[in-house]
Amino acid sequence: MPLIASSGAGLDPILTAVVLFVLALIIGFEVITKVPPMLHTPLVVASHAMASIMVVEAIRAAGHGSLLGLIALFIGTVNVVGGYLIADRMLAMFKKDKKKEK
Amino acid sequence: MHDITVALYLITVLLFIAGLKLLTSPRTARMGNLVSAVGMTIAIIATFLGYWSELTSWTYILIGGILGSAVGAFLAYRVDMRDIPQFVAILNSFGGAVSALVGAWAIFNMDKVKPAFASTSLFVGSVIADAFIGTIAFIGSVIAFAKLQKLITERPVVLPMKNLLNVIALVLVLVFGYLLIQNPHNYLYLYLIFALAAFLGFNVTMAVGGADMPVVISLLISYAGLSAAALGFTFMNYGLIMVGSLVGASGLILTRIMAKAMNRDFWGILLGNITPPEMAATSSDAAFYEGKVKSTSPDEVAMMLKYADRIVVIPGYGLAVAQAQRELKELYDLLTREGKEVYFAIHDVAGRMPGHMNVLLAEVEVPYEALKTMDEGNQLLEGADVALVVGANDVVNPLAKEDPSTPIYGMPILEADKARSVVVIKRSLSPGFAGIPNPLFIRDNTVMLFDDAKKALRAIIDAYKEL
Repeated sequence: MPLIASSGAGLDPILTAVVLFVLALIIGFEVITKVPPMLHTPLVVASHAMASIMVVEAIRAAGHGSLLGLIALFIGTVNVVGGYLIADRMLAMFKKDKKKEK
Repeated sequence: MHDITVALYLITVLLFIAGLKLLTSPRTARMGNLVSAVGMTIAIIATFLGYWSELTSWTYILIGGILGSAVGAFLAYRVDMRDIPQFVAILNSFGGAVSALVGAWAIFNMDKVKPAFASTSLFVGSVIADAFIGTIAFIGSVIAFAKLQKLITERPVVLPMKNLLNVIALVLVLVFGYLLIQNPHNYLYLYLIFALAAFLGFNVTMAVGGADMPVVISLLISYAGLSAAALGFTFMNYGLIMVGSLVGASGLILTRIMAKAMNRDFWGILLGNITPPEMAATSSDAAFYEGKVKSTSPDEVAMMLKYADRIVVIPGYGLAVAQAQRELKELYDLLTREGKEVYFAIHDVAGRMPGHMNVLLAEVEVPYEALKTMDEGNQLLEGADVALVVGANDVVNPLAKEDPSTPIYGMPILEADKARSVVVIKRSLSPGFAGIPNPLFIRDNTVMLFDDAKKALRAIIDAYKEL
């Protein structure tokens, strides 16, 4: 069963989904305003890591014993783990130098 | 339990928003990435809780998860910092593929996985959306990777009637999408949609030149986010809907900011109509430079540096190609030890992506404070004794200020010729991405050292030590 609790609050679950989609879209447009060019590369890499969220549904597909799901889970995990670690490796370089100067 | 899952997803969203905010400042950026990683972990835990009862094939989950983590970690620690753009492109292609694969799985198992309250047309329609967007992100990222890795030409490849073909493909996707909604078990329509999306991803990305690729990657990351949101509608997974649209939208904004920094048109990129700068004829270059270029030796450069008080280094992608960052750092140490002021003036688009050069120099432990932005760099160049240009070309080309007919006119540049003398280390007089000659190379106060950056810097260091 899907994630929605059918606890009958009276709100149509599909309408809820649309509302969440639109609100998150608006927050997404607003959250990044000014970024110094120096951080563009790390920010692209880090937002890529966040965009790899679809791996959660690959877990479910693999859990159903689907071969498609297994493939999706494997490459999806490479994507998530690789994405976060490379962003961290890159950002660590910035931080280390900053400290040393202080 | 389902309420808990949704609540946990909400925490993920909040952590991602906080992470994105923290990532926009250099001081807090690493923390931001960590915060977002915690958010991702919570989302994965929430998924296990939410689907617990239907997860039966734990072998598959363990194999996929463990192997995937190992390969991901291995790649992340092995990859060379110069190859970041390619690496992210190939990872992002995986993301697009996951959306497309899981979308296909969903429609194959419609009876089992379709949420009871969702109509068939909503379910199939959202599968079409995630198959379509996911495949574009997948194929587009593969092409971007191939271009950056130079497996295929970096030049824009434009099919005749490209835009018309794209419009036809889009119309066909709508037609087949309608047919699939009418007959959800006729998978032929699904395969046709995959094929058309692959064609679109191919056609749009092939038409973009190598220099614009970073902007395209940023855009494709945003598409991956949107395909995650579409997948969320397929399963009515509120968490995926929120996170996918959040990341999709912030990715679009980031793409726009980056396009602006690189002097490119955002809407043109969005529609796949990036006009590449005209490649000027290079045959006239020989005549342009004829007899006016002064070349120099490492000994002479060492001498110039010895008597300089303030030196501004202007690094370009040629530095990274030659892998000369360590030599540059060694020279930096040598010069600063004698009390000289040494700065690195970094153009916004130096390297392969905005900010890439900062990463490369930070990797060899050049102190953060020595890295200067374009504006600071231009101020420092004003009273500098030597401007040392290493493997850069277009970003120091005075034509950007002087000649409205050049493709780079209006692009902000580092005004190297403000320094008392200019040393340019470059392998040859070949033009940069813009394909135009550079009058800086024939200015009176400019000398050229023709060599590979690594060898040239090594020779300068050796000569300097003997002075």
